[in-house]
Amino acid sequence: MESYSRRWFLGAGATLVTAAGLTACGSGSGSGGSGGDVTALVYGDDAAKIQTAQVKRFNASAAAKKANGAIKLQKIPASDYPAKLRTAMGSPNAPDVFFNWGGGSILAYQEADQLLDLTDTIKSDAVLKDAFLPTVMAAGSLQGKMYGIPMRGTQPVILFYNKTLFAEHKLQPPTTWDQLLDINAKLKKAKITPFALGGADIWPELMWLEYLLDRIGGPQVFAKIQEGDASAWGDPAVLKAAQAAKELIDGGAFGKSFSSVSYNNHGASAAFAKRKAAMHLMGSWEFSTLLGIFPDFAKKDVGWCSFPTYDGGSGDIRNIVGNPNNYWSVNARVSNKDAAIAFLRDCASKTYTQALIDNGDVPTTTIAENMLGSAPNPTFAKYQYQMVQNAPAFTLSWDQAVKPSWSQPMLTEISKLFVGKSSPEQFVSGLKGLK
Amino acid sequence: MSSSVTTRTKGRTRGGVRTGRPNAAWVLPGVLFFAFFAVAPMVLAFYLSFTKWNGLGDPQPVGLANWDKLIHDPRLTQSLTVTVLLSVVSWAFQTVVSVLLGVWAAGRQRNRAVLSAIFFVPFLLSSTAISLLFYALLDPNFGIIRGDTLGSTSGAFLALVFVGGWQFIPFHTLIYQGGARQIPEVLYQAAMMDGAGRYRQFISITLPQLRNTATTSTVLMIVGSLTYFETVLILTQGGPGTDTAILPYLMYEAGFKSYDFGYASAIATFLVVAATALSLVLVKLSGFGTMRSTREGM
Repeated sequence: MESYSRRWFLGAGATLVTAAGLTACGSGSGSGGSGGDVTALVYGDDAAKIQTAQVKRFNASAAAKKANGAIKLQKIPASDYPAKLRTAMGSPNAPDVFFNWGGGSILAYQEADQLLDLTDTIKSDAVLKDAFLPTVMAAGSLQGKMYGIPMRGTQPVILFYNKTLFAEHKLQPPTTWDQLLDINAKLKKAKITPFALGGADIWPELMWLEYLLDRIGGPQVFAKIQEGDASAWGDPAVLKAAQAAKELIDGGAFGKSFSSVSYNNHGASAAFAKRKAAMHLMGSWEFSTLLGIFPDFAKKDVGWCSFPTYDGGSGDIRNIVGNPNNYWSVNARVSNKDAAIAFLRDCASKTYTQALIDNGDVPTTTIAENMLGSAPNPTFAKYQYQMVQNAPAFTLSWDQAVKPSWSQPMLTEISKLFVGKSSPEQFVSGLKGLK
Repeated sequence: MSSSVTTRTKGRTRGGVRTGRPNAAWVLPGVLFFAFFAVAPMVLAFYLSFTKWNGLGDPQPVGLANWDKLIHDPRLTQSLTVTVLLSVVSWAFQTVVSVLLGVWAAGRQRNRAVLSAIFFVPFLLSSTAISLLFYALLDPNFGIIRGDTLGSTSGAFLALVFVGGWQFIPFHTLIYQGGARQIPEVLYQAAMMDGAGRYRQFISITLPQLRNTATTSTVLMIVGSLTYFETVLILTQGGPGTDTAILPYLMYEAGFKSYDFGYASAIATFLVVAATALSLVLVKLSGFGTMRSTREGM
């Protein structure tokens, strides 16, 4: 018994010493002027392997040696990245460079003076200037100041449809809302659910409202909301978008039990692939998801098109919603700014662009345009690239764009609208009450 | 007991077997652990509930603003109702099944040990894994229950009760099994001589004798259901709408989705007070504190 407790104390002591040592190492990187390593926090999903390779290559490069610093990449498990980032940014061991979604996801850090304004750096830098698509750069900015460098692939929301099913029923992909309603009616008559929808996760429902609001009122309606004025939800276009969604829901466009279908566990994708549903409004990643689990279906049957215009609405059919890209932002208290900027510059490089393309992503660098021929699915990759290139406006997903205190209550209001617990009018008044 | 030990070990300070009561130093690790990981966070949460803090910079004192918001939050009433309802229904479901299974498992039937071991398996799985499993089973297109289960209020609620029961019934079965094993055999022998059948024995001997076990199990269930969180997070996300948003889920949303740590701390403090009060009341009502052993000759 005695020897046990002694061992326990030794173990506990060792743990404490280790913990203290770790803290010391961590805080060491936070201080110091020129030179020194730069910590970078990245969303640790499968795609992080590309950043791992990039960091390895960068650290061995002349640019890193010149800046006298190396990048230390830390992968954070994907599901709770935002919360972990928040904790890290509030601690003395805040990362120097970190992955984010732009918009509302970095607003709090800007307000706390934790973000490095990259505007002048980018505009005066020969490599970074004009290196990325302007609509994508705009989505990484706040109040006209640039805070982010695009670092992964673009993910616009696209209307996917089953080409084979459409041909069997002599249907054409819709370009107007009336055509969409017409297809909807014909498919229902044929006992096919018109649209797959992973309502259990709520954010797939959000995509419908994002596009409807854009097509009805134009992108400026949400741009105003995004600035943080809750009364902007009172714009008549919001109510109209909610009513249009409600009409679809009540008419059975998504089937009866979409609220129990999940996107995260592939329930919605399976419904689409197994011909239970004919269309699926989803982020562009849906194509790679389908390629992974239903490769035959993805190669043979999947078609894609833009979200249709709304008759009488002011939104351009070329406008898109979704995730313009992910960004690297820099902490205002970065220990080795030269190394951090040199690393960001690498995101515009041909090698890095090629690595993203090989992984099936569509990078938003300007040089990518002529490199997409080598993509695993060149047709789809080029479609996405041109979609982003030609878009007059690219609205960031609302849940990422609004300030964090709005995000969850907003999703709850959307969920209530879709399950029929609130009317479009109640939906609008709920959103106007957001604080 | 201790006096006899003292006399026996008198004069022996080292070597040999030392028995008896440990000195105060033995509780130190436990006390320190509890202080660091339970008391300190609770005190901190109480303090944070009077501040506004988004995780960055220093918390700003705001007086009673968070508490005022909590009292006037329409979701609080709804959330309390759901929490209480979930606790009560889960308690009823789990207790009935656990008592029956536990009493059965206390017997000496064939295959009892094997079956009991199998029944215990769900408790060994993580709540997250269980929730993900049922999430897939409830898929309307490809699951085994193909309705709009999670999209309807009662469906989502019952799913939570069932999944919680599926996970925790094995544990409470074990408690009841232990309780039933302690019931003196002579009581049953006497009852048999008086001509009592199985059902009568169960009602008149087993159930009354399990009273103290029931208190333990009930306190664990009720307090446990106040912190029932992972299943809600994964299975329903508080939905449809906010119909299954129990208090711990509201707290999580306020803290880790909206980064309003002040408000989240107010909810947390409220939960601590409510859970403590509830368990005190339960203990008081059941007479658990002044409980006397029901074991033969003790």
